[in-house]
Amino acid sequence: MTDQTTHAVAFTPEDLPTARSFFQPHRIVMMLVFAAFVVCVAVFMRWDWLPRYLPRLGWGILISLVMLFSTSILGFLLAVPIGLAQVAGPWFLKLPAKVFCTVIRGTPLLLQLWLLYYGLGSLFPQFPAIRQSFLWPYLREAWPYGVAALTISFAAYEGEVMRGAFAGVPAGELEAAKAYGMSRWTMFRRIWLPRAIHRALPTLNGETVLQLKSTPLVATITVVDVYAVISKVRQETFLTYEPLLLLALIYMCLTGILVVAFRTFENRIPTRGA
Amino acid sequence: MASDSIVNWSLLALSAPGWGGVLLQGFVNSIQIAIGGFALGLTLGVGGAFGKLYGGPILRDLLECYTTVVRAVPELVLILLLYYAGTDLLNQLLALFSVGPVDISGLMAGIFVIGVVQGAYSTEVLRGAIKAVPAGQIEAARAYGMSPLKVLRRITLPAMLPYAIPGLSNLWLIATKDTALLAVVGFSELTLVTRQAAGTTKAYLLFFLAAGALYLALTLVSNIFIGMLERHARRGFAEQR
Repeated sequence: MTDQTTHAVAFTPEDLPTARSFFQPHRIVMMLVFAAFVVCVAVFMRWDWLPRYLPRLGWGILISLVMLFSTSILGFLLAVPIGLAQVAGPWFLKLPAKVFCTVIRGTPLLLQLWLLYYGLGSLFPQFPAIRQSFLWPYLREAWPYGVAALTISFAAYEGEVMRGAFAGVPAGELEAAKAYGMSRWTMFRRIWLPRAIHRALPTLNGETVLQLKSTPLVATITVVDVYAVISKVRQETFLTYEPLLLLALIYMCLTGILVVAFRTFENRIPTRGA
Repeated sequence: MASDSIVNWSLLALSAPGWGGVLLQGFVNSIQIAIGGFALGLTLGVGGAFGKLYGGPILRDLLECYTTVVRAVPELVLILLLYYAGTDLLNQLLALFSVGPVDISGLMAGIFVIGVVQGAYSTEVLRGAIKAVPAGQIEAARAYGMSPLKVLRRITLPAMLPYAIPGLSNLWLIATKDTALLAVVGFSELTLVTRQAAGTTKAYLLFFLAAGALYLALTLVSNIFIGMLERHARRGFAEQR
């Protein structure tokens, strides 16, 4: 397998248009055509359902974002040891980490999600010990399975990225740290991890955008995120296109905000540049 | 309810009481869609990449919109939109020519949907690969008096291949996994069939793990072929690292 992740080419800050680039003659014409299209959509399509569903849509977006950030953070915390185990671990850590990454990246997320929700979900009630434990009220809900599946998926893809990042830190920097008499832990904490994260940052941002695009899958196991709200709208109003267009617009806005936020964050990290 | 201490392997039998045959049929459907979608995506990608690199300003901007939208909206939403919009448009088009509405086969719709999504990604991959071809090679071909089509066929496409293969193999693996999303629109590919089998027999873990093994096998076998292809395309390159 190649070094890179088996995920798609993510939407990156370089893809964002600059403000000045809009004032070219052909673009002004194209934007007028697009504006006419938007006006047509607003006038000729049915949008009277929108105010009724607005509060629920807001909650749905919030749930989607909570899903995104919680699973990204948890997944990243798992990805660091997974990446490290593959670079520096003994074989009994290296092998499971490698197998974990291969298996998770080789199967669809939807299948993993359904395996956890329907498979484990049907297995748990058969054990009285689990039914009586304090976890049971949570295990009867859908969202823990959604969080688990998304976290595992993010950890596997990001673990592979971190493996490359850990391996790519120049040996001279680690030798210098050793020469300063740093212990292994200090060296890891001060040099190896920060440098690896810095190297992985652009990919990490891309993976987070892709993670946002994976969150609507949790709607298939009855978590009420923004996708599920739109599905509800479609069922109740018998409209096909309007809710889906709105949903696409919402996701485009979220992606745009995420990418801009990452760019400002990335620009704040000092780098030695030409 | 099947006891979980003993796995009931007979559920996976190929003939009627077992569900193995149904699973394999779903697997074949998945592979068909993945191949068709990948091929369609590649065609769109070659066109899109050349349009983005050599096209006029309007074409370039339109292609930019296409790749941006596809990369910013979840595949699940795109699949729903394209599925409904595609079938609707086709039927209206047919009505214009006064032909009655047709039932579009799930296979065709699936290939169309996956292909449009893949097209945006392969546009980006191929554009990067074409840009990586040294300009001197293309200029030399022009200096020999080759027509643009001949330059494309003899120089640009073969020379960009080693740069494109890692990205394209990635896309192939994504295509195989994206077929699972068609379960949401009710196309009976592997994931949906698995869920039906699991729901009927209540042996959820068995069937989902079996389907996972099939997907994994497809990925691993693909990886072997990709490795061979990559070695072949990179022959003559200086070994890196």
